[in-house]
Amino acid sequence: MTDIILVVVEQREGKLNRVSWETITAGQAIAAQTGWTLEAAVVGSGVGTIAGEVAAKKVAKVYDIESAKLEPYTPDAFSHALKEFLTKHPAKVVLMPHTYQVRDFVPKLATSLHTTAVSDVIGCKYDGGKLLFTRQMFQGKFVADVSFAGAGPCFVTFQNGSFRADKVEAGASAAPVETVNVDVPDGVVRNKPQEVFKEAKQAVDLTQAEIIVSVGRGIKEQKNIELAKQLADALGGEIAASRPICDNGWLPMDRQIGSSGQTVAPKLYLALGISGAIQHIVGMKGAKSIVAINKDSEAPIFEIADYAVVGNLFDIVPPLIEEVKKAKG
Amino acid sequence: MKILVCMKQVPQKDAPLKLNEAGTWIREDVSYEVNEPDAFALEEALRQKEKHTGEVVVLTAGPARAQQVLREALAKGADRAIHLEDAAFVGLDAYNTARAIAAAIKDEKFDLIFTGLQSDDYGYAQTGVILAQIQGWPHATIIMQIEKNEGGIRVKRELEAGFFQFVDMPLPAVLTIQSGINKLRYATLIGIKQAKTKPLRKVTMTEVQAAVGGNLQKIEKLYVPQKSKNTEFLEGPPAEVAKKLVEKLKNEVRVL
Ligand SMILES: Cc1cc2nc3c(=O)[nH]c(=O)nc-3n(C[C@H](O)[C@H](O)[C@H](O)COP(=O)(O)OP(=O)(O)OC[C@H]3O[C@@H](n4cnc5c(N)ncnc54)[C@H](O)[C@@H]3O)c2cc1C
Ligand SMILES: Cc1cc2nc3c(=O)[nH]c(=O)nc-3n(C[C@H](O)[C@H](O)[C@H](O)COP(=O)(O)OP(=O)(O)OC[C@H]3O[C@@H](n4cnc5c(N)ncnc54)[C@H](O)[C@@H]3O)c2cc1C
Repeated sequence: MTDIILVVVEQREGKLNRVSWETITAGQAIAAQTGWTLEAAVVGSGVGTIAGEVAAKKVAKVYDIESAKLEPYTPDAFSHALKEFLTKHPAKVVLMPHTYQVRDFVPKLATSLHTTAVSDVIGCKYDGGKLLFTRQMFQGKFVADVSFAGAGPCFVTFQNGSFRADKVEAGASAAPVETVNVDVPDGVVRNKPQEVFKEAKQAVDLTQAEIIVSVGRGIKEQKNIELAKQLADALGGEIAASRPICDNGWLPMDRQIGSSGQTVAPKLYLALGISGAIQHIVGMKGAKSIVAINKDSEAPIFEIADYAVVGNLFDIVPPLIEEVKKAKG
Repeated sequence: MKILVCMKQVPQKDAPLKLNEAGTWIREDVSYEVNEPDAFALEEALRQKEKHTGEVVVLTAGPARAQQVLREALAKGADRAIHLEDAAFVGLDAYNTARAIAAAIKDEKFDLIFTGLQSDDYGYAQTGVILAQIQGWPHATIIMQIEKNEGGIRVKRELEAGFFQFVDMPLPAVLTIQSGINKLRYATLIGIKQAKTKPLRKVTMTEVQAAVGGNLQKIEKLYVPQKSKNTEFLEGPPAEVAKKLVEKLKNEVRVL
């Protein structure tokens, strides 16, 4: 029997989260390197259609893990169901996208199986019979190759955008789908989740902006936001910010860029005093052109910048405003 | 409510980090500070205590230097502290860190345990949830609000892209706290003075050793990431850099 790689795709309220295709691409890459067998699973209540959708890809088999108790999502039910499944269908590695939902239940599931989860992984290598997972450390300033020990299964969660959804290989024919009904006894689920809602009233739609000037903690004080606004005005763009700026109430939450804010793709994204944490980058890396001004030459934002200025933003922004005004005549 | 807050000491955000010789971690001669979300977790615990009375206990696992985190927390109003003091604690993976913490608090009866949602150094994002599982308690992650209600608590979970969800849950429970849940307070002079007399219990590795096993994850190699993009660095005095940048915006980015 060969070793199994299991990808657990994510569904929310009966819809496949597209980021799951990236995880299947990752699974296909690991299968190609190791020769192990790739299988997939979807967990929920009445999610057979999703299982069918996944079965069209190049995977050996798809499991539809079902229980009425799996809707709505709770960490107790998901962890219980997958533990039961994995006890009967042992896998070597179990892959999932690093979403809020996965972060919420995977550490519990791994612990209940006395194993580990390598989180927020951006790549993998198969080196001398050993699987190594690459993950960012120290907020992106370094990366590490991490190996796992123990009997497994080792859980691995992949950072959004690490593998390409459009590279997922289709199967020659549809993979078999097996429905597995799991029993989630009364009393297992302790949390009572309410409806999901959106709070911030969207006063501005940054997704349509062509030019965005974005400020981070390097702006130091609330009153300095004005300087960034002047630059945005000179450029004819919108002002936006990293999360701590909005947490402080210096700018409204609908101007926050990142995983818990807006995702934007302007022609120009000008980052002032933003370090470039991954949760920020996922919201703006689609920009056509990225300019970063940061006093730290090793700030991770420079890894994705097209144009970089290492220096004090308070020295650079005032003359920049003047030059922009001149250029615009 | 009796609340435990787990606080980790991490390298300061602005500290320049250098690789150690083995290439497995950073050199330890940097400045440290409290992990950011942990400071918000402490603030939330203090606010809950102010509303509902009770006790706030802070805990850290780490070498002698980590005591600074506890001192600051006591100065802000925590009632007492627990220090799992040994250089070996920092090298434990998240599972073993949680097992050590659970062993150190086995005789306590907390209603709530708060942790940060993730650390700024390794960033496992797991210790709190693992601790909940070890204790057999329910948990909720990435929390932005906590209200006491009839059967326990109602918490507000942050989800992706500006979405939220309320969750009702019984106590005792573990919550992982997100930065920005509240506004942090500063320690007062009188608080700093009082902190010196507050109880701080030390726990050695020997006391919890039986609960801890081998690490299940190993950092094989730590290194500087490879650049994926051709970044053009614009250099010179500010006025010159401004000119160069505007040239680029005009001729290459074409937004002017
Ligand atoms: C679950 C989760 C969700 C998150 N969601 C988001 C999100 O949606 N959006 C988001 O932005 N973050 C988000 N974060 C937070 C994220 O991890 C970072 O903490 C945050 O992006 C850091 O903001 P920053 O870059 O402004 O601050 P810091 O990381 O503190 O960086 C400040 C930068 O300013 C530079 N600087 C300082 N002074 C100057 C100066 N005078 N001139 C030039 N440069 C200077 C410094 O060198 C540094 O690089 C999330 C985190 C988690 C865990
Ligand atoms: C030199 C060195 C080498 C290391 N090598 C490895 C290795 O090979 N493999 C490995 O798995 N780990 C290794 N670690 C340990 C790793 O850095 C983490 O500290 C540990 O795995 C816990 O993960 P985390 O802090 O990212 O936890 P997270 O789960 O991200 O932390 C979440 C929350 O848990 C709480 N918390 C976490 N740790 C503590 C603590 N110590 N005290 C109090 N509260 C805490 C805090 O509230 C924190 O906000 C090494 C550390 C050092 C210093």
